Amino acid sequence: MLAPHAPVDAAAIRARADGFASRSIKADAKRAAIDLAIRCVDLTTLEGRDTPERVRSLCGRARNPGSGAPSVAAVCVYPTLVATATAALRGTDVLVASVAGAFPSSLSSLAVKSADVEAALAAGADEIDMVIDRGAFLAGDEATVIAEIRTLKAMCGPIHLKVILEIGELGSLQAVRRASDIALAAGADTIKTSTGKIGENATLAGTLVMAEAIRDFARATGERRGLKVAGGIRTTKTAFAYLVLVDEILGDAWLDPHAFRIGASSLLDDLVMQRERAATGRYASTESLPKD
Amino acid sequence: MALRFEPALESIAAAPIAAHYDHFIDGAWTQSTGGERFATIDPANETELSRVACGTGEDIARAVAAARTATSTWGRMPGRERAIYLYRIARAITERSREFAVLETRDGGKPIAESRDFDIPTAAAHFFYYAGWADKLAYALPGTAAPAPLGVVGAIVPWNFPLLMAAWKIAPALACGNTIVLKPAETTPLTALRLADVIADAGLPAGTVNIVTGDGATGAALVAAEVDKIAFTGSTAVGKGIARAIAGTKKRATLELGGKAANIVFADAARDEAIDGIVNAIYFNQGHVCCAGSRLLVEERAHDDIVARLTERLRTLRLGQPLDKNTDIGAINSREQYDRIVALVQSGIDDGATLVQAPCAIPERGFFYPPSFFTGAAPTQRIVREEIFGPVLTILTFRTAAEAIEKANATPYGLSAGVWTSDGAKARFVAARLRAGVVWCNTFNRFDASAAFGGYRESGYGREGGPSGLHGYLSA
Repeated sequence: MLAPHAPVDAAAIRARADGFASRSIKADAKRAAIDLAIRCVDLTTLEGRDTPERVRSLCGRARNPGSGAPSVAAVCVYPTLVATATAALRGTDVLVASVAGAFPSSLSSLAVKSADVEAALAAGADEIDMVIDRGAFLAGDEATVIAEIRTLKAMCGPIHLKVILEIGELGSLQAVRRASDIALAAGADTIKTSTGKIGENATLAGTLVMAEAIRDFARATGERRGLKVAGGIRTTKTAFAYLVLVDEILGDAWLDPHAFRIGASSLLDDLVMQRERAATGRYASTESLPKD
Repeated sequence: MALRFEPALESIAAAPIAAHYDHFIDGAWTQSTGGERFATIDPANETELSRVACGTGEDIARAVAAARTATSTWGRMPGRERAIYLYRIARAITERSREFAVLETRDGGKPIAESRDFDIPTAAAHFFYYAGWADKLAYALPGTAAPAPLGVVGAIVPWNFPLLMAAWKIAPALACGNTIVLKPAETTPLTALRLADVIADAGLPAGTVNIVTGDGATGAALVAAEVDKIAFTGSTAVGKGIARAIAGTKKRATLELGGKAANIVFADAARDEAIDGIVNAIYFNQGHVCCAGSRLLVEERAHDDIVARLTERLRTLRLGQPLDKNTDIGAINSREQYDRIVALVQSGIDDGATLVQAPCAIPERGFFYPPSFFTGAAPTQRIVREEIFGPVLTILTFRTAAEAIEKANATPYGLSAGVWTSDGAKARFVAARLRAGVVWCNTFNRFDASAAFGGYRESGYGREGGPSGLHGYLSA
């Protein structure tokens, strides 16, 4: 069910978004929020120089981030490294997510994208992070965008499909709203802000527009679809602003790794440091943190 | 899971409060001739903060005489020199902004986030802005050879934006070369008294700015005194009394009075953004805003959706201790105002309108009122006609733009209005037909030192802010 055109006022959206960053979370509430954020992390490595050894190391940190912190939601890797991650995480609750479908540009044939998703699924991926064809979207060819999401979702079956909108390339918050509505109608289990591969990553304003689309979709259909923010979220303070956004726009039911994820790599270090600071009153040395 | 917030209280150490205060007259703290003091309380916990002097007619006469004497120095000083003092005041307010914010929040009950991010910076902005005009007054009144100051200005300000309203009057008055006697509101005198410190530190000639605290009788004495102009912000009833009192005299006046602003939401508006705008329009500063968007006019086919979204949005508003950085809705300014809100809401219920209130916990002590709105109200009811001056919205519907305009203008007031639509042409069409001093499109309660603000009809006359804000302080 594709929602009717919903106007978006960029200035007002930005004003509201700024407000999320001004909330102050202290003391016990801070400790609880840090653990929630850790549990929502998709610990990510998407570099051309990734190796099996690096992915195994990352998986170790995903299971046990250190200092008694809970494990993260998932690790997110390229398809060729899914098997390595799956093996490293066997017997844990940590899921393996794979980007697939001509990530990050999406500029390839549907046949190639399908084969990519097929390979990731065959290697044991629990979740797929695909990207929409921004070229088709910006050219007004929404049918192609919808058809691709539908095709890949059909291949995934019960496997969780996250659809990356790459909001930094959509040109306006109005377009972010439209892309969100399209992806949700086409069957995205989660809509995700960014690939992390271009200059402009997740923003509070873009995420607010996406969260509103998810909330309106839930109102219309009763279905809870997920939200994932990714790219450029490096500090606990920034992560908290997103938690406040989810709390105020979507509510308690979304403050859970099943419905909200933060795709990040260096963020986990800061969360663990802040966790230790909250527990002991001291900051750990950055040198004492494990490196992948 | 739910996201919890622990209390995040701003420290009060930055803003010590003395046990009692005198008047600031002729550059010095001066005891009241009557010797009486009255308490100013913290409305969030009903405890006494300080005792301030109750100004008598004699106190006012001394202050006006000091101001009159100072016109010979301040009024003759070149504009570029007056600007130096104004810039000093602006910088000092900025440097001491935390102190002012804490004081404003404790004395008045508004959330610290508002006093910190709006009241104090905007007050400083008015001094910065008018400092820039002090040596360019000839350009404010084109065609005038040498615009001259009026002389002594009596300024009477309300309790909703205590420092900001004082700044709105003091900054342009001083820039134009006038001297001032300021009478702060009875329930919120502390930031004005702190401003006296700033003014003394800035080295203005003695008597240029005088501050006399007191009640309505003190204000009436100021209106009756030998001043050249009264600059008043407050209720329409008091404003009319001032206009009557000065009729037939040479005294001038600018009056910024009440309002019952229409906030018009068309079905093609960005809905969530409009909800934010509605919330800002009526719940900002607990609705203690003369230009608050207190009459919401919603296009009929969007009514149910807007009401559903607003009901949900109220859930996210955090009511509580004004000093908590996460508080959205603070305390009602006084028991008197609280009682007035309760009575008006009861009249709405008695008249058959449906009341919806935010499901927030109300602290046991202090004056707190939950964000509220009425649906199903009729245009004849008091909650539609009268200014509630609290966090209470009344929702009405319309079907066409013409009907919206007619309903919006059906009020004796005319201070502000709002229009929400994603159709730019419609926004202009409607805005041009609303009889209100300020019309906001797709936003509300936005203020800037460079923009004029003021009313039509029973909302008063004269403008504050921008170049037009100078006109009320100059004689051509």
